[in-house]
Amino acid sequence: MNATDSHTNLTKTESQIHTTSSADAFENPKILIDARDSSIGLHLSELWNYRELLVFLTWRDIKLRYKQTALGAAWVIIQPLFAMLLFTLFFGKLARMPSDGVPYPLFAYAGLVPWTFFANAITNSGHSLVGNSTLISKVYFPRIYIPAGAVGAGLLDFAIASILLVPMLIYYQIPVTWQFLFLPLFALLGTILALGVGMWLAALNVKYRDVRYAIPFLVQLWLFASPVIYPASIVPAKWKWLLAVNPMTGVIEGFRSSILGTPFDTSTIGLSVVMTLLILIFSFFAFRRVEDSFADVV
Amino acid sequence: MKPIIAVEGLSKRYRIGGRQVHNSLRDAVAGLVRAPFKRFRSNGSSNIIWALNDLNFEVARGEVVGIIGRNGAGKSTLLKILSQITRPTKGRVALNGRVGSLLEVGTGFHSELTGRENVFLNGAILGMSRAEIQRKFDEIVAFAETEKFLDTPVKHYSSGMTVRLAFAVAAHLEPEILIIDEVLTIGDVEFQKKCLGKMNEVTKAGRTVLFVSHDLNSVNAICERALLLHEGSIVKSGVTADVTRYYLDHSNNMYSPITWSALPDADAKEVKLNNIRLLQNETSTSAINCREPFTIHIDYQINEVVRGSRFFLIVRNDKGEVIFTTSDYDELTPAAMKRQVGRFLSRVEVPGGLLKTGGYYGSLGVDIRDDRVIFAADDAFHFDVFEPEDDIQATRHRRPGAISPLLGWEITEIK
Repeated sequence: MNATDSHTNLTKTESQIHTTSSADAFENPKILIDARDSSIGLHLSELWNYRELLVFLTWRDIKLRYKQTALGAAWVIIQPLFAMLLFTLFFGKLARMPSDGVPYPLFAYAGLVPWTFFANAITNSGHSLVGNSTLISKVYFPRIYIPAGAVGAGLLDFAIASILLVPMLIYYQIPVTWQFLFLPLFALLGTILALGVGMWLAALNVKYRDVRYAIPFLVQLWLFASPVIYPASIVPAKWKWLLAVNPMTGVIEGFRSSILGTPFDTSTIGLSVVMTLLILIFSFFAFRRVEDSFADVV
Repeated sequence: MKPIIAVEGLSKRYRIGGRQVHNSLRDAVAGLVRAPFKRFRSNGSSNIIWALNDLNFEVARGEVVGIIGRNGAGKSTLLKILSQITRPTKGRVALNGRVGSLLEVGTGFHSELTGRENVFLNGAILGMSRAEIQRKFDEIVAFAETEKFLDTPVKHYSSGMTVRLAFAVAAHLEPEILIIDEVLTIGDVEFQKKCLGKMNEVTKAGRTVLFVSHDLNSVNAICERALLLHEGSIVKSGVTADVTRYYLDHSNNMYSPITWSALPDADAKEVKLNNIRLLQNETSTSAINCREPFTIHIDYQINEVVRGSRFFLIVRNDKGEVIFTTSDYDELTPAAMKRQVGRFLSRVEVPGGLLKTGGYYGSLGVDIRDDRVIFAADDAFHFDVFEPEDDIQATRHRRPGAISPLLGWEITEIK
């Protein structure tokens, strides 16, 4: 009398009226969903079709970022500013950290601006997929835009924090050189890197919630592995490549050189560009590979 | 003409229970070590369910197809595959048009954002371009009747208002294939009518709609054709009225709140059932006078305390229809909340003047809600309900209805 027995007779009795499969429906359909198809396409045209969604998701993240905070957007400045003050006190004054002949506060701030952006971007995008789980399990759109939107939202903060560099340059009387023109390029490099790392963390976080605990730790370690507090020049030449393998080195050094007019370390920057692109490609495919299973796992 | 939706051999497998989904690295590492054994064990298939099993159907352009079936029949899984949210395990689907799906009203709505902001965001998530949303904005807002609150954060909206706005956005999506899941069950009657009207309008414009609902009336009202899903297969398909009638005729068989059949025997190591007795007027009996209350006595031994465990009783009539289910967790008594090792007697009193005459089967089990069944005894006891007298009251057993309660009708004249 159990439920399973009593309706086995139901399950297969009815003739299925609309089962005649006309093969032509499968000829060039607009959308084909096939279980056998395990190829990982780039689907760039789809990304293009949904491009406005990226704008909206970025805009949403910006809108929501400082809702219900007393200080609001001031946090954009407070974060790097206070870090600069602390670093100046401990590393600049007490530890007498060299800073390539630039006043230490300016040196630190010029490194902290791209660093803060990067740290926030990977943290936010790392949590983004899990944080948007209802969206993922209810509606289809290219999932990649969720971590991308989280990175994109950080760009506004990045720009605002950068503006504070202007009064600092004036105060310390640092002349602006033609190198300033390269600033957007390093910002772009940092964005691509943040996207690469953030995308990968986000995908990993869906399956392994450990990532959530690992992110703050990773960010902390990465800060010390990048020339934010110290200049790359204090690392012995023999170990320079090790520092340059970390693509944030190129981003921070390049950003700083653009502002302060110090010479570009082209080999370090070159290696960082290569590493950034490798990370982006790796993350993109890693993301694509697990994208379909998000809704089942999240 | 080429069908707009063609589904071929579509199956979806889910793994339930077990630890296949690793939620932490530690599990994954541990899983790696056990991997060879696990692969071997998973052939046992006990923790695999086929949410969909070899589905085949086609939908022609402009058709409105309802999908019905009880919870867990596979409706939502089907919609999720068609909306590309999840991938099938086997089979394929061809969609010859832009798909808009509305699996939950207000997906992507953010409570901190205003109504206006949410319209744009939600529209973009559903696949509309900004220009498109702008063009339809006034229409959407007018449909939702929320003009006044456009610049208020949605968190201050009533749930009805949120639903109206969300449906309005989705209804103006104008996809070639519209997939809707259980939308009309929310909101007030007026708005439901409006939604139905809008959906009719949508289909008149030649669009294809797949509509999932528990509400057979709305399925009947808007769908020409329906599919009845049961345990992942199409049990019946055809003209809506036929399918819904078939569903109603068989729904009792298809309804099984708890299936204990596939479970271990009545002896679990944590709990042992000693006996079940039925008592009426302090005497053991299996012939129950329908006018008098009776008590079900369950004598059991708890060997091991299981937190959150509850005793369950299911009573079915001899047609297999569930008449009621009850649990000692319903009233959250201290004894049920805090189990202890020892021998216990649970007494469940069933009021008189409730059950119809006929044969009944009772099943008993212990489970942890939403987790696992510890112990189950299917059809552990049987009893017959009889009507002692042949008076006017006895006629109520012949009337339709699963039970025949004797209810008081207090009649007073209004002066």
